[in-house]
Amino acid sequence: MITVNGEPMEWKREMTVRDIIDAKRYVFPLLAVWIDSVPVPRDDFDITEVPDNANVQIIHMISGG
Amino acid sequence: MEKMKVLAEWSYDPAKPFRGYTGKTLKVNVGDMTFESKDVSEDMKDKFTGGRGFGLKLLWDSVKDTTKWNDPENEVVISGGPLCGVTQYPGMGKFYAVFVSPLTDQTYDSNAGGHFGPLLKFAGWDAIEIQGKARKDVVVVVDADEKKVKILESPFDDVNAYTVTEALHEYFGDPDDINDRRFSSVLTAGKGAETSFWGCINSSFWDSHRKMPRLKQAGRGGGGTILRDKKIAAVVVKTHDLSGTANNPADVDTLTRLGAKLHKEIISLDSKQCRMRTAGTPHLNEIMNEYHLLPTNNYKFGQHKDADNIHSKVYEKMFTQGIADGCWYGCTMACAKAVDGYELKTGPWKGKKITVDGPEYETAAGLGSNVGVFDPEWTTETNFYADHYGLDTISLGTGIAFVCECYELGLISKDNTNGLDLKFGNKDDIMELLHRLGEGKDDFALMVGKGIHKMKDLFAEKFGADRKVMERIGMEGQGIEVSEYVPKESIAQWGGYFLTLKGPQHDEAWLIFMDRVNKQLPTFEDKAEALHYFPNFRTWFSLVGLCKLPWNDIEPEDNATKHSPQEAARVPEHVQNYVDIFEAVTGKKITKEELVLQSERVYNFQRVFQLRLGKGTRKFHNIPDRALGPVWADEWEARTEYYDNELKAGGIDPAGLSSQEKCDRLQKIRREQWELLVDTVYKRRGWDKNGIPTVKKLKELGMDIPEVIAVVEKHAKPEDQWKD
Repeated sequence: MITVNGEPMEWKREMTVRDIIDAKRYVFPLLAVWIDSVPVPRDDFDITEVPDNANVQIIHMISGG
Repeated sequence: MEKMKVLAEWSYDPAKPFRGYTGKTLKVNVGDMTFESKDVSEDMKDKFTGGRGFGLKLLWDSVKDTTKWNDPENEVVISGGPLCGVTQYPGMGKFYAVFVSPLTDQTYDSNAGGHFGPLLKFAGWDAIEIQGKARKDVVVVVDADEKKVKILESPFDDVNAYTVTEALHEYFGDPDDINDRRFSSVLTAGKGAETSFWGCINSSFWDSHRKMPRLKQAGRGGGGTILRDKKIAAVVVKTHDLSGTANNPADVDTLTRLGAKLHKEIISLDSKQCRMRTAGTPHLNEIMNEYHLLPTNNYKFGQHKDADNIHSKVYEKMFTQGIADGCWYGCTMACAKAVDGYELKTGPWKGKKITVDGPEYETAAGLGSNVGVFDPEWTTETNFYADHYGLDTISLGTGIAFVCECYELGLISKDNTNGLDLKFGNKDDIMELLHRLGEGKDDFALMVGKGIHKMKDLFAEKFGADRKVMERIGMEGQGIEVSEYVPKESIAQWGGYFLTLKGPQHDEAWLIFMDRVNKQLPTFEDKAEALHYFPNFRTWFSLVGLCKLPWNDIEPEDNATKHSPQEAARVPEHVQNYVDIFEAVTGKKITKEELVLQSERVYNFQRVFQLRLGKGTRKFHNIPDRALGPVWADEWEARTEYYDNELKAGGIDPAGLSSQEKCDRLQKIRREQWELLVDTVYKRRGWDKNGIPTVKKLKELGMDIPEVIAVVEKHAKPEDQWKD
């Protein structure tokens, strides 16, 4: 099990950041991701695997309409 | 066009900008045909910075406590601010219009791109105040080339925007050089602005590629209505004193360096980020739909099965690509997209091929999904006519959405609408309503154009419509219509819309992602902190003359890897750019904290100004039920599982309850949360329980101006002070 933005999510082997983004239907392009407080470069979302028990923050960067 | 008759004129010596300021403001009274130049003091700069701050200060000095929107002493004050007109960095050509609004009966500020703000300053003026009421239609002209300000007799029978703007660009341009027309800019409203309270101010810029004027809008609050009430057909500014250093900045090298860096960032990253250069703000259409934020059928729903019809890719194809669509020089973000060669299908110009400015996201949603229409061509046509008639597309969209729901609920009927079948999605009849608003003769359209706040009174009084139901579904706050995002699932955004100075416009704070998706604002104190920081940070754009889009619709590649999640949302590198640009233009060193302080001064001053005009207390921070959560069963049933969980989180078991009962229970919970939010935000802002800035707060800000303190002391009550 992992935590994504404070909510539990089932963990799967070889799960990547992109898999989580797709599962959550986060279509906004300005996403920033931290795994256990370590930032993940945007270009690495497809290849960065998420370990079990990780605390993942997927932040939508927009702060103004 | 024949030579216009001069009714009054006044000579002046245009002051050259120095460090972003000319040090002079202009007052034109079209009633008694007088002109006045005022000096800008250092104290005025320190306290009010410029732009909206100058507008509010000048308006404060000109109106009475009892002034209403259509009193002659009400003004439209226009000011760009010290950074307005910079060409090295993107997004630096905005002006801010300030006035007492017909919709809200308090001060309103509304901004527009186009060339008017920069040209006004380069013509010698940090601000222009327009006061009085002319006896017949006039054109006000600030002509720095001739060193004259004039009031001319308007020759226009048709005061609609494109007619007047095109004619005046031609009239004031060199007949032998069409691109000489770029040295003028024209403000207009339109016939619809005259007969409704939704009048926008159109601001032109000459598009040298298309060889035609384009229009941007200070859309909100009814500024165009005031222009027409004053019988102003247009305001023209003209100067050839235009260059990349016309502001006479302290440090042009820094401006060039920072600008070059952002240009590179935009060029290299925009296609991977927001696609502002190709799709403009409609890049948000499908995103808002995916997150249940796209207002649909008067904000009942946030998602619709036909939303793909208005996908940004559809608009991207409609927009002409490959043209530098910046609304001021040097803006590589270039999001002022346009549809060229569009053939109008309806209305007075039916069959004519025109260029439409936009649609932008707000219009695509307001005059699209929110009225149940998913047809980009129809939206494009409404966009054109709204601009032409001088109508704010946001209030128009939200206002018509309210009318449609009233119609579908049976609160009003075809007998009341003069034969229009105003169901959601009925494109032909909604278009006809727009033309009737533009024409200003139909009695139902005249009622609609007064805005939702007054429609509720009128529909109840004239048609016997149920007032309580209309209060629940009418998406307005403080008298103005909500802009085009569904706020009901974000407690912080309730505040972002309804705890604002002037009503629910999204220019103070857009916190839905931070609050609801990112879960970065878990406590009410966190939400209050965001509702302190973002409104104040964003107010700063309005003081100095900037567009906010280059702040956070593009971000440095390493923004997220360099900063913590909480910090990254503020885009620190871009904030630092603004700090550095302020010093590079004005020569005054500030910190990022002082930047917010500059805003906080004006923010609190405007709050006291509302109080002075009889508003500005807690009872005016009202929020309709529709903004808090689902009102009717079908809204609940569109997301049953989600809302059932919301109810459970509030400690109520949804089992056995009807959908309507569930709606009512959730409303009760959320109404209590709203009151808690109001208290927490007021405390954080340094306001008392009634929403009045405390004397202590004003002293801290250096805004303890005697007449400001006197207003506070007149209204503040001991029982409203916090005990802790």
